Amino acid sequence: MPESHIASFGRFRRSHEFWLLIVILGLCASLGFANAQFLTMQNLFDLLTSYAFVGILALGLLVVLIAGGIDISFTATASVAQYITLSIANAYGANWIGVFAIAIGIGGALGALNAIFIQKFRIPSIIVSVATLNIFYGLLIFFTGGKYIYSLPDWFAAGIFWFEFEWGKDSSYGVNLQILALALAFLVTWLLLNRTNIGRQIYALGGNADAAQRLGFHIFGLNILVYCYMGVMAGIASLIQAQLAQSVAPTVLVGKELDVVAAVVIGGASLMGGTGTVLGTFLGLTLLAVLQNGIILLGISSYWSPFFVGLVILISVSATAWSQRERRTRGARR
Amino acid sequence: MATFLEMSGISKRFGGVHALRNIDLTLEVGEVHCLVGENGSGKSTLIKIISGVEAAEPGGRIAISGKEYPKLNPVYSTHCGIQVIYQDLSLFPNLTVAENIAMAHHLGGLHSVNWAAMRAIAKATMAKIGVEFDPDTKVSELSIAGRQLIAICRALAADAKLLIMDEPTASLTRHEVNALIELVSELKRAGICVVFVSHRLDEVLEIAERVTVLRDGAKVGTFAADTIDGRKLSHLMTGKSFEYQVQAPELAAGPVVLEVEGLGREGEYEDVSLRLRAGEVVGLTGLLGSGRTELALSLFGMKPPDRGTIVLDGRPIALRTNAEAIHRGIAYVSEDRLTLGLILNQSVTANVTLTVLERLASAFGLIAARARQTHVARWVAELGIKVSNPANAVKTLSGGNQQRVVLAKWMATNPRVLILDSPTVGVDISAKDGIYEIIRRLAHDGVAVLMISDEIPEVLYHSHRVLVMREGRLTTDVAAAATSEDALRLAVNA
Repeated sequence: MPESHIASFGRFRRSHEFWLLIVILGLCASLGFANAQFLTMQNLFDLLTSYAFVGILALGLLVVLIAGGIDISFTATASVAQYITLSIANAYGANWIGVFAIAIGIGGALGALNAIFIQKFRIPSIIVSVATLNIFYGLLIFFTGGKYIYSLPDWFAAGIFWFEFEWGKDSSYGVNLQILALALAFLVTWLLLNRTNIGRQIYALGGNADAAQRLGFHIFGLNILVYCYMGVMAGIASLIQAQLAQSVAPTVLVGKELDVVAAVVIGGASLMGGTGTVLGTFLGLTLLAVLQNGIILLGISSYWSPFFVGLVILISVSATAWSQRERRTRGARR
Repeated sequence: MATFLEMSGISKRFGGVHALRNIDLTLEVGEVHCLVGENGSGKSTLIKIISGVEAAEPGGRIAISGKEYPKLNPVYSTHCGIQVIYQDLSLFPNLTVAENIAMAHHLGGLHSVNWAAMRAIAKATMAKIGVEFDPDTKVSELSIAGRQLIAICRALAADAKLLIMDEPTASLTRHEVNALIELVSELKRAGICVVFVSHRLDEVLEIAERVTVLRDGAKVGTFAADTIDGRKLSHLMTGKSFEYQVQAPELAAGPVVLEVEGLGREGEYEDVSLRLRAGEVVGLTGLLGSGRTELALSLFGMKPPDRGTIVLDGRPIALRTNAEAIHRGIAYVSEDRLTLGLILNQSVTANVTLTVLERLASAFGLIAARARQTHVARWVAELGIKVSNPANAVKTLSGGNQQRVVLAKWMATNPRVLILDSPTVGVDISAKDGIYEIIRRLAHDGVAVLMISDEIPEVLYHSHRVLVMREGRLTTDVAAAATSEDALRLAVNA
């Protein structure tokens, strides 16, 4: 192995992601041992499909957190995008490209609105997004009366099913809309954050905003981009959720913010900005999914689920803080 | 020698206030030039004009390498090779060494990141000044001195011809300062002009070839460094002269208040014995890491010692927490007053009364407004804190006045022993004098004062007795009158 690879493996072994991976592997092994249904192809595809919604939102939130902001209005954004897009599709007809373009446009616009309030009026992002969450959601409920939409265009309800393959007897699996969107979201976010200068500027902005300003970064543009990205992810997530649920329910998405925040925070992103990785978010999402799934498979009351999620967040964040303190004291002695 | 930058007739007004008046300045290629002046003398405004962040008023002239720039802006100045390293270094702690050094690569429109090129730039730049860090290490894992090297590398990678460093030595140890001075002379050999902005006059004289002094927005003059000394420099900066003499041992010194015998704490200091008498100022100096701050924290109950005894007023005591120390009349003014000593956003009143809230409480445990007012008025007057209204936030005060607020906070507890850690760091020379005056008066009133400082003249001229710590041991304990600056310097660095 070349020396640089050894060095980077050493760095990985000290990272938050490494310990998450160990915990996940341990948890999967014990769950697999306890319940034969856990380590099955069926369960894997079920989990990927049902956690795609949370995962796509988590990637949007990751980018916002890295830039040093926060946004919790995304569930309301998703509800609005979902309702308007599918109402249009029902009334005027549309295709896949059309619905995604509309949902992305709505999500991006609402995200930009957040960014404008945060940047132009210098209001803390948490306050702005609490306000816009309520405004977006309030308007949606007022205009729709909270009514569900059950009839969706046939092609939308049918979804997609690519790369079909047989596994075991009488079961075939393939890539559905949810898994495809989740995979693309991971790929695009990873490319943005690690392979483009704009992604690195987002990290830099979250790490030291004053220095970014002095170096002549386009701070306003970066913020618009970051909150729009969150909005776009909310738009995409909203459609795959509607496709999975086979209905549009304006009231069910708001309230799911905390699962998304949990996935990102367990993955090691800091609310202080500047830290967080796509791999970490993937592992955070995985841990959340395995945990909630495991509770069900073990026959534990699902009321315990929030308790365990909260516990994992506390342990995860404490472990990060503790290892940072250890490193700092070691660094100071050097 | 060729001239790199020439400016003349530079003025700048903010509102009605003249920040700079008619300044002329030339900087030569490969010169080390120091810019000194008290807070508010216009140093930072001048730097901002050189770097194009602020525009000078019409009538001023700026020429860089012989070319006139009627409208200098940050883009031109960077293009001309002007780089400023601010006191906070402006690094990105969460990014790698390579990214920080080659940050220019990240600027501009959307493009893909060439990690290999960035690492190569970082390695080549680090090699230029003989430092070697793993390009993939995060900057947050480096020491302050290491981070400063990275900031210098970033300036060099941007092809710096003029490097302006704002208070670069403020948080470095003496050893690290020496390394920095070495590095600056290397940059000079490479034809880079270095401008140092510093408060520490002895360093200024050590490193500079020429010194430009600013006072109240006007230039006092530019002097060859070998024609002036620290005393003349402080006179030029303030317009006042400060003649300090070694203080005689305090003959009237009272009984021993605090006696320490064989004190030690694993890995930090060992076998320390000392006595503090009422009415005596004892100076303690030593390099960063010599154990002096740890010793002080032990005496304040925050780092309990493993061995040895502490005797206060003839009774052995064990200090396990600072609450115990405060209760027994030991006060400690921390070095980092901005983060540890003051609540900057709160009022002078709130800060001054913080340590005595219990005493100000009425029968119901609520704070008596009248008593609080009287208390604050007394200390504001006694220490000469310049504040128009004690309800103003502490952050609106100058450094010298902030330090007085910290002192008031502790003096209000009527301490028997007062430990001051670097009481004049970041305070102007004329404000320093006021603080020395307060220390003398406190001692006169019978407090035993232990003053820790980096600056040898400070401990020599403002203490009755001087202690030196080296590598965790107390190596010198001498009357101020019986030693000299040179002898102490030797004792500290030997």
